[in-house]
Amino acid sequence: MALKIVKGSIDRMFDKNLQDLVRGIRNHKEDEAKYISTCIDEIKQELKQDNIAVKANAVCKLTYLQMLGYDVSWAAFNIVEVMSSSKFTYKRIGYLAASQCFHESTDVIMLTTNQIRKDLSSPNQYDTGVALTGLSCFVTPDLARDLANDIMTLMSHTKPYIRKKAVLIMYKVFLKYPESLRPAFPRLKEKLEDPDPGVQSAAVNVICELARRNPKNYLSLAPLFFKLMTSSTNNWVLIKIIKLFGALTPLEPRLGKKLIEPLTNLIHRALDLLYGMVSKKNLMEIVKKLMLHVDKAEGTTYRDELLTKIIDICSQSNYQYITNFEWYISILVELTRLEGTRHGHLIASQMLDVAIRVKAIRAFAVAQMATLLDNAHLLTGNMQRNGICEVLYAAAWICGEFSEHLENPIQTLEAMLRPKVATLPGHIQAVYVQNAAKLFATVLKGQEGNTDSTAAQETSQLMIDRLPLFVQSANLEVQERASCILQLVKYIQKLQQKDVEVAEEVSALFAGELNPVAPKAQKKVPVPEGLDLDAWINEPPSESESEDEQPKAIFAKEEPKHSRPRHTEVDEKELARRREARKQEQANNPFYIKASPSSQKVYQDTPGVEHIPVVQIDLSVPLKVPGMPMSDQYVKLEEERRQKERAEKKKKEKKKRKEKRSGRGKKQDSGPESEEDITPAHMVDIVTEEMPENALPILILFYFLSVNILLTEMIAFFWPSFKVCDIQGNLQDGSQVVVSVIFENKCDSFLKSMEFNVLDSLNSKLQRPEGSGPHDGLTVPFQLPPGVSNEARFVFTVQSIVMPQKLKGTLTFIVKNEDSSTHEKLDFKLHFTCTSYLITTPCYSDAFAKLLESGDLKGSSVRLEGVNMPFHHLLARICFHHHFSVVERIDSCASMYSRSIQGHHVCLLVKTSGQTVSIDAKCDEPTLLGNVLDEIKQTFSQC
Amino acid sequence: MMRFLLLFSRQGKLRLQKWFMPMSEREKKKIIRDMTTMVLARQPRTCNFLHWKDLKIIYKRYASLYFCLAVESQENELLALEIIHRYVELLDKYFGNVCELDIIFNFEKAYFILDEFLMGGEIQETSKQIVNRSIEASDMLQEGDNSEWYEVELFG
Repeated sequence: MALKIVKGSIDRMFDKNLQDLVRGIRNHKEDEAKYISTCIDEIKQELKQDNIAVKANAVCKLTYLQMLGYDVSWAAFNIVEVMSSSKFTYKRIGYLAASQCFHESTDVIMLTTNQIRKDLSSPNQYDTGVALTGLSCFVTPDLARDLANDIMTLMSHTKPYIRKKAVLIMYKVFLKYPESLRPAFPRLKEKLEDPDPGVQSAAVNVICELARRNPKNYLSLAPLFFKLMTSSTNNWVLIKIIKLFGALTPLEPRLGKKLIEPLTNLIHRALDLLYGMVSKKNLMEIVKKLMLHVDKAEGTTYRDELLTKIIDICSQSNYQYITNFEWYISILVELTRLEGTRHGHLIASQMLDVAIRVKAIRAFAVAQMATLLDNAHLLTGNMQRNGICEVLYAAAWICGEFSEHLENPIQTLEAMLRPKVATLPGHIQAVYVQNAAKLFATVLKGQEGNTDSTAAQETSQLMIDRLPLFVQSANLEVQERASCILQLVKYIQKLQQKDVEVAEEVSALFAGELNPVAPKAQKKVPVPEGLDLDAWINEPPSESESEDEQPKAIFAKEEPKHSRPRHTEVDEKELARRREARKQEQANNPFYIKASPSSQKVYQDTPGVEHIPVVQIDLSVPLKVPGMPMSDQYVKLEEERRQKERAEKKKKEKKKRKEKRSGRGKKQDSGPESEEDITPAHMVDIVTEEMPENALPILILFYFLSVNILLTEMIAFFWPSFKVCDIQGNLQDGSQVVVSVIFENKCDSFLKSMEFNVLDSLNSKLQRPEGSGPHDGLTVPFQLPPGVSNEARFVFTVQSIVMPQKLKGTLTFIVKNEDSSTHEKLDFKLHFTCTSYLITTPCYSDAFAKLLESGDLKGSSVRLEGVNMPFHHLLARICFHHHFSVVERIDSCASMYSRSIQGHHVCLLVKTSGQTVSIDAKCDEPTLLGNVLDEIKQTFSQC
Repeated sequence: MMRFLLLFSRQGKLRLQKWFMPMSEREKKKIIRDMTTMVLARQPRTCNFLHWKDLKIIYKRYASLYFCLAVESQENELLALEIIHRYVELLDKYFGNVCELDIIFNFEKAYFILDEFLMGGEIQETSKQIVNRSIEASDMLQEGDNSEWYEVELFG
């Protein structure tokens, strides 16, 4: 028996394993069919052997060939044999092969019943697991009938691992043997409340599947599922349950009501997710979808929820994802059509914020707001209780403040003074009155240039006619403003009747543009001359007093607060860094954007309030969209714009490609456009010039050079284009040599699955871990991303060290690119010089003398001609490259010593005269000495 | 429930197949042919979902590999996409930065991982951790088997 096993294992060593087969097929692309047919012959031979390891290996290969489309049905019986192995390793392969190859008409299946039953009751849960998994693929009605009871028992197994598999396979059993459903169902139902979430979700899956086929029978489970739905946090399960309810609700309408709450909870979760999902690219699309839901929504609560979510999503991180503000204004305007929302205030504040901060959008915003004011009656159906009228606050303010953009200011003025306005809440009326005055100023300015002064007088009359309504307002603010402005207009009218030009002075009342100011903008304002901010305005209180007043820190000593002068300590570098960081932040913040580099210069030269940064946005999209804005139009426009951009970019790329045809750059995939590709329509103007492209990828001449093996220790590594690296000893005992190899990935691809292998010689062997064969490679324990290097150590066993050695080796590895991976091989030679076996060992001169006197050492000598270097350099070189130490030096003569890992003494006497160096050497091993001297000679011939 | 999962390369070479319903070899071959031609012909950036006969086909490309999952028509496509992705994550965790060659050379491992994640066309385990743990445990068991085998070889 033992002999058979050994024989089998020896045979096995020469068999192809799966990896060899795969490699073989890949190497025989031209005659694949022929190669595989020889492989199948081999497999047939292997299957005839008694050794189960050999058989399992053969079956594993067959499973692979089956996938390639080869018929392996003839081996069905062998598969059953491997399935029956008592070893998990082989059983696993057997069941895998069976699940891939068996189907209902495979006749050997009937032979497996008992084996499967045995495996199902195995004490090892993984045996049972493998059997269940396999069975799920090839269960036949017969197997289902015979094994139903066994599987049912497993549903109550102690291990959840088995329980969940048993529950899942039950469904297959039901399909093949429906009689089993009735007795098994109570237990299956129990599993819905199993303590293990995996088992629970398995039970949900099976019952959902059953219920879909026959929902009526499962209505009674609805409460249980309802409980699960409200308690489970597993989304995979939740989706299944909701689907199930979809099938159940038509049968039981009362279910629908119960479902509303948990479902809205789910929707909330989904909305929260959306917030994080948006990007420049998908914002418009997502908001469009949400707007559809807003239209369809029935409950106001849900609709309000959607509304706030839309605004949250759009305004997040300073409108970072908005590329087109016209679109956003349109969305806001569309949202005002919602009746009964509580969030009018929120919409209003967004309108104000955008109109103030995005300068370029003002004209458009004003036009939209004017339309809103004009159609105010549409918004304010049920005045007091309607929160949406808040947007009129924003509309009135925007139209008043930026009235120079109005196309027809008189019409807007008229709209703002309608009697119906008096029904609006007080604070809104107040804004109306104030801004009517601003508008009045603008209108006057426009009319005064005309020869006919009646128009201007008519406008004044309009004010005088309408304002008294507000003077009577119960709201104090409205009343006060109205009466003040009314008196003003009356006075203006008087002047107008005397043909005095007043427009200039009236406008002066509201002069000055309102600019948003950055929180830190104050720092930019220069301190006026003669103002010393650090000087005390009042005499400071005396020292002692202030000390008493300081509250005592109980837990930690308070850091003294930095007083102002500290700012001056911040050095230029720090300032530059901060400036850079700020610029970075500004890139995403419309609040700060600079119009162009040149304006920045101006702003530095002439500091002042006017130059406090304001959003400057470049419009490359036509501003006029006829009629009420439909945000959808923007989606379309945006799409077109992006397409155009893409086309342009492609053109550019083509051009670029032409220009650098010689260089092989990193291949650019013109696949889906990335976030960075989308330039906003309203340019947030940073420097838009393209960065000069890096001339990075230098043409790599030979692919294999991209893996660079550098050997720093112990050995020199020869490669046509490689420098020989320094040699140093790193030795542990007489027969072991540690080789450190630095792997450096010089290509653009990811390297992985590196295997280092050396063809052993009789003398030197690579140490492999226990259990691996004599020709197996060693896995390098790391992967290499592009440009990364890492070190691995390999231990060699060396018998004799008297001769230099060269070992041939191979490094195999997988090169992983974005869209492909290849298996590559790199051959190399390892060079063990004799010097590398020497260790620098200090030696005292008396010990050295004794060693020479002992007479055990044999001598040899060598002469070096034409050595043109100072003597101490020469010694240093021998010490460094050949691991010697200087024992004694007298003038141009020195004695040196070294010792090998196996204890050989090597003594040198180096003399120099002129350019000739003579080395007399002694060693107890003449061959070693001869080789070391040769290597020394080599060193000096190279310089 | 799921019907089958196929992995194939850009060249249409099959890398992994899992049939959750028993099927004859002829049927399988026909489906594989249909799937590869249909999915490979799709332009990039087109929808990941297709209707095919009475099934929904959900596919996704990862590097050079297409993962193609067929589910019954009442199933949720996004969930199917999530299943594909979860499987890729599991492979990635196991092989460490997984690539096509890992699956070619260790195809049996890829099956073992799949068998711990899906079973009989249903999700068996949604927790990545638990799947990883059971695979590790099985691998340990296998290695245990191996060393035993060596002892026999040495002392038998």
